[in-house]
Amino acid sequence: MNVSTKSILLASALALASPALAAAPEGVALADDQTFTYRVLDEHSSVDPQIVEDVSGSEIVRDLFEGLYNQDADGNLVPGVALSHTVSDDKLTYTFTLRPEAKWSDGNPVTAQDFVFGWQRLADPETASPYQWYVEVMGLANAGPVMAGEAPLEDLGVRAIDDHTLEVTLSAPLAYFPLTTTHASTFPSPKWVIDEHGADWIKPGNIVSNGAYVLTEHVPQERSVRERNPMYWDNDNTVIEKVAALVINDENVALTRFLAGELDRTEVPAGQYPSLKDQYPDTALSFPRLCNYYFNFNLSDGGPEATKDVRVRQALAYAVDRDIIVENVLQGGQFPAYTFTPAATAGFEQPATEYSTWTQEERNAKAKELLAEAGYGPDNPLSFSYLYNTSEAHKKIAIAVSQMWKQTLGVDITLENQEWQTFLETRGNHDFEIARGAWCGDYNEASTFLDLVQTSSGYNDAAYSNAEVDALLAEAKSMEDPQANYTRVEEIIAEEMPIIPIYHYAGVFMMNPSIAGSWPVQNVEQNWYSKDLYKVAE
Amino acid sequence: MLSFIIRRVAIAIPTLLLLLIISFWLMQTAPGGPFNSERPLPPQVLANIEAKYGLDQPMWKQLIDYLKGIVTQFDFGPSYKYKDRSVNDIIAQGFPVTLKYGVISFVLAIVVGGALGIAAAIRQNSWLDYFAVGITIGAQVLPNFVMAPILILVFTLWLGWLPGGGWNGGQWDHVIMPVIALSTSYMASIARLTRSSMLEVLRSNFIRTARAKGLPDRVIIWRHALKPTILPVVSYLGPAFVGMVTGSFIIDSIFSTGGVGYFYVNAAFNRDYAVMMGLTFLLGSMTILFNMVVDILYAWIDPKIRL
Amino acid sequence: MSNGLTTLNPQQPKTAAMAERMAEVKGRSLWADARARFLRNKAAMISVVVLGAVFVFAFLGHLLTPYDNETIDWNVLGKVKELGKPSLENGHYFGYDDSGRDLFARVVQGTQVSLMVGVIGAAIAVIVGTIYGAVAGYLGGRIDSVMMRFVDIAMSVPYMFVLILLLVVFGRSIEMIFVGIGLTAWLDMSRIVRGQTLSIKNKEFIEAAVATGVPSFTIIRRHVVPNLLGVVVVYATLLVPQMILTESFISFLGLGVQEPLTSWGALISEGTSTMNYGTLWQLFFPLAFFVVTIFAFFFIGDGLRDALDPKDR
Repeated sequence: MNVSTKSILLASALALASPALAAAPEGVALADDQTFTYRVLDEHSSVDPQIVEDVSGSEIVRDLFEGLYNQDADGNLVPGVALSHTVSDDKLTYTFTLRPEAKWSDGNPVTAQDFVFGWQRLADPETASPYQWYVEVMGLANAGPVMAGEAPLEDLGVRAIDDHTLEVTLSAPLAYFPLTTTHASTFPSPKWVIDEHGADWIKPGNIVSNGAYVLTEHVPQERSVRERNPMYWDNDNTVIEKVAALVINDENVALTRFLAGELDRTEVPAGQYPSLKDQYPDTALSFPRLCNYYFNFNLSDGGPEATKDVRVRQALAYAVDRDIIVENVLQGGQFPAYTFTPAATAGFEQPATEYSTWTQEERNAKAKELLAEAGYGPDNPLSFSYLYNTSEAHKKIAIAVSQMWKQTLGVDITLENQEWQTFLETRGNHDFEIARGAWCGDYNEASTFLDLVQTSSGYNDAAYSNAEVDALLAEAKSMEDPQANYTRVEEIIAEEMPIIPIYHYAGVFMMNPSIAGSWPVQNVEQNWYSKDLYKVAE
Repeated sequence: MLSFIIRRVAIAIPTLLLLLIISFWLMQTAPGGPFNSERPLPPQVLANIEAKYGLDQPMWKQLIDYLKGIVTQFDFGPSYKYKDRSVNDIIAQGFPVTLKYGVISFVLAIVVGGALGIAAAIRQNSWLDYFAVGITIGAQVLPNFVMAPILILVFTLWLGWLPGGGWNGGQWDHVIMPVIALSTSYMASIARLTRSSMLEVLRSNFIRTARAKGLPDRVIIWRHALKPTILPVVSYLGPAFVGMVTGSFIIDSIFSTGGVGYFYVNAAFNRDYAVMMGLTFLLGSMTILFNMVVDILYAWIDPKIRL
Repeated sequence: MSNGLTTLNPQQPKTAAMAERMAEVKGRSLWADARARFLRNKAAMISVVVLGAVFVFAFLGHLLTPYDNETIDWNVLGKVKELGKPSLENGHYFGYDDSGRDLFARVVQGTQVSLMVGVIGAAIAVIVGTIYGAVAGYLGGRIDSVMMRFVDIAMSVPYMFVLILLLVVFGRSIEMIFVGIGLTAWLDMSRIVRGQTLSIKNKEFIEAAVATGVPSFTIIRRHVVPNLLGVVVVYATLLVPQMILTESFISFLGLGVQEPLTSWGALISEGTSTMNYGTLWQLFFPLAFFVVTIFAFFFIGDGLRDALDPKDR
């Protein structure tokens, strides 16, 4: 076969295996300058896939490295380094076929051993990764003993059958396992580079990555820059040449610089979305995000007596006017929350909890009733402290809710604002009466949220414990369609109200119109890849 | 003079040591730790990480290991928050930034502030006096966290003359706004101190003598009045320097310069112990050095002051 | 022989009656001289009146408005740009803040906090700093060295940690803020005072006092400190705005005054963040109070300095 036929066959094989999402659609005129500059709030923690722990770091890692699967603009799984996988009958073994043409930026091929190395490194107590627990979320066999250092790394349920076949063994069936492979912690690492440079391997100049971009510049607290990786298997479809992340702490300064043309993307300061939307209709965007925002009660032994009474908890929950918070305080297109899990979660049917169907007046009336029933009123007033961490947005919500409780129920709220570390310490020690909480999903499925209300969850700040909930959630892990269990858990949460759901997040951004067209607004996890973006000519 | 310097350097070492010990103790006593996060780590993972960084050791042992690291290898340790960087990296990259705009601001504040103060004092209660005083107060009343965003608004958005932030290796157009924002309030204070000090000096007997001798004003100011005038101003320079370093936190934060001021303040909030200690060491040494220079200047200004 | 006194002193009594009247004339002390000079300084007197007005506003201003500093008007929340403007009719003289609360009431309450912080903080700094610096400077030698090294250390200790620990120990209260700010303010003052003392202590009148056996602390009290007053007063008036700004910096970091209490610094900070969005009054009013007060302190400081300067004619 001559070269051209072979390459046509190869091209069509590629086309079947990986839909050309990265290329700009037909007939779109691309801008000359394909540089994407965006703002981040704070310096990222790391670009080492097994060490990174924050959102801005993960964004960079997703561009620099590539895992088994990626997400498309709608959040669905598409092939990354892996082309496809098969599942054994007992649902415990997954076999991934890797594409042979994937390469590292130094020319070495990406092999299954690189994944094995990466996952073992994640689980290795020596690495001291802050995301070490993710191997348990993935459900890998022997995760526990390996993490504790009691079993050798080879015992971890992942091995390379050959250079392009990866076999994963789980300890129990997990229906959403493939969803977990888009997480940055599961990306492969180049062993030879880490051996050579040690902790400095991620510095520009040393770093070798297998994604669409390579890290070329990093000035801490100022900026980081990544540029096209020509070795990337899909490099031909990458449009954006250069991506720069600028660290700007103050969101108002960031907005000013955006308007001056220095940025292509920045966050909209709380409350400013409506007027910015008016002034710049093509530029202000709002779309659902996979995060919630809620208040924790303290149900541990040291918590206040009053909130141990479920009627008090329900009363406080009903008296919060979520519409005001969403429409008057945040004003960014967020969603009032009457369930713990956001409606935007894939495969989740949000049940209509009873109190969500009433009007706010009805909720307020019912709240007063419940409070009186529980024995509190003007002659026996309630007072609580509400704990939150320093931030403009949290402050505004705290002020609004404390006033709602005061005006409707006569409850006196002392606001307690602590800086982040002290806040975490206080909340973690259950040393609060009511405290703020928020959670973003690690993967796009309801259990990433609902697992928090399990008795055993390390993130159960409210110290809530209900055996029925625990049983339902445990059962859901292996069910084909766990929706019925999830609905029941949400109903129990609404009845017992260990937490008060306040709102579900929206991503509210100012986005340069030339890039807004390619932005994956449907992806609620906001796993965006620079290789899928492109700038349209003005 | 030499013996003075030797004495001061000798005493600087126990001073620095005491500073490090106090700071270390303060840090460890504050609640929270570098590895607290929104998703609390499972206790076993946390234990892992702490063992890796030696944080499970008793406090005195950690301090000794830390000091050993500095003395033998000049290694100030890793950053717990910015895991791709060591403290040495952060200082090497951030310190020149802070030094550059800090020194320029400092010099500018002294020169302009001093000139305005002297001019105001010489022509007390004239329009020049009110003008100089008015400008300096005007510059001082806007706190730097108000002035900085306004500068960006005016010069980046409205006029488009200057970039809104970043450092870009220290190109002059990135240096201007940080310098303006940082130096103005110190300029004001220096102007006021200079003015009031010169007013006092101009009333002294020896100035009266000089005038009686018929010396021209210029000679009187420069050769006779200036030295005693700057004594309180020189005393102020030490605190002004420290203030600028803390104030540089806001400059770094708003202008994204990557200087050490930001790391210094934020390390406290992140409980990034090694960064905190390293920068305390650095800034502490500079403060001690600076105060020593100020004391030497005293002797030069007033020959009666014995060191 | 003519009496030199008679011709030089026209007040020398020529009759017994005049002598009696003269006995009633009291001598004028230097402090009285200073007070007279101060009262003659127009700028300073106007500033005293203005400052008085600000104090009255702070402590009695709440009588002028039916609103308090924390109640939210739900109809205005979210539409502050359109509905929140200052107006005389609806009683919101300063308009609304960004959370729908009456700005006038908040500025009144903020003025209370800031004035207290500024004045009390500066007072602590002045008193402690002056005494410390004068003692160190005068006694000299090893004592001076130890005292100043202590100041060096205190200046270099990471201030944030001190604040965080104070917060943990004292909880959130106004007292904690005073302590937090006062702890560092006196350091600067002490260095300035020490510097001046080093110069003063070599002057002839000090020598004379030492020679006549006056004890050290009396020399410091009666001779050194009064000669420092010029610089001290000027620096004290620089300190007041600095205290207020330090408090706002602390609040900016989340360690200061707790909502719904507020201060000028917090109000100015909030006003700055919304200044681009059409609600300039939120910045204007607190900033105006701040500026006016600083000017007032400045002129008073200058007036005091001029009044107390023994060589001023």
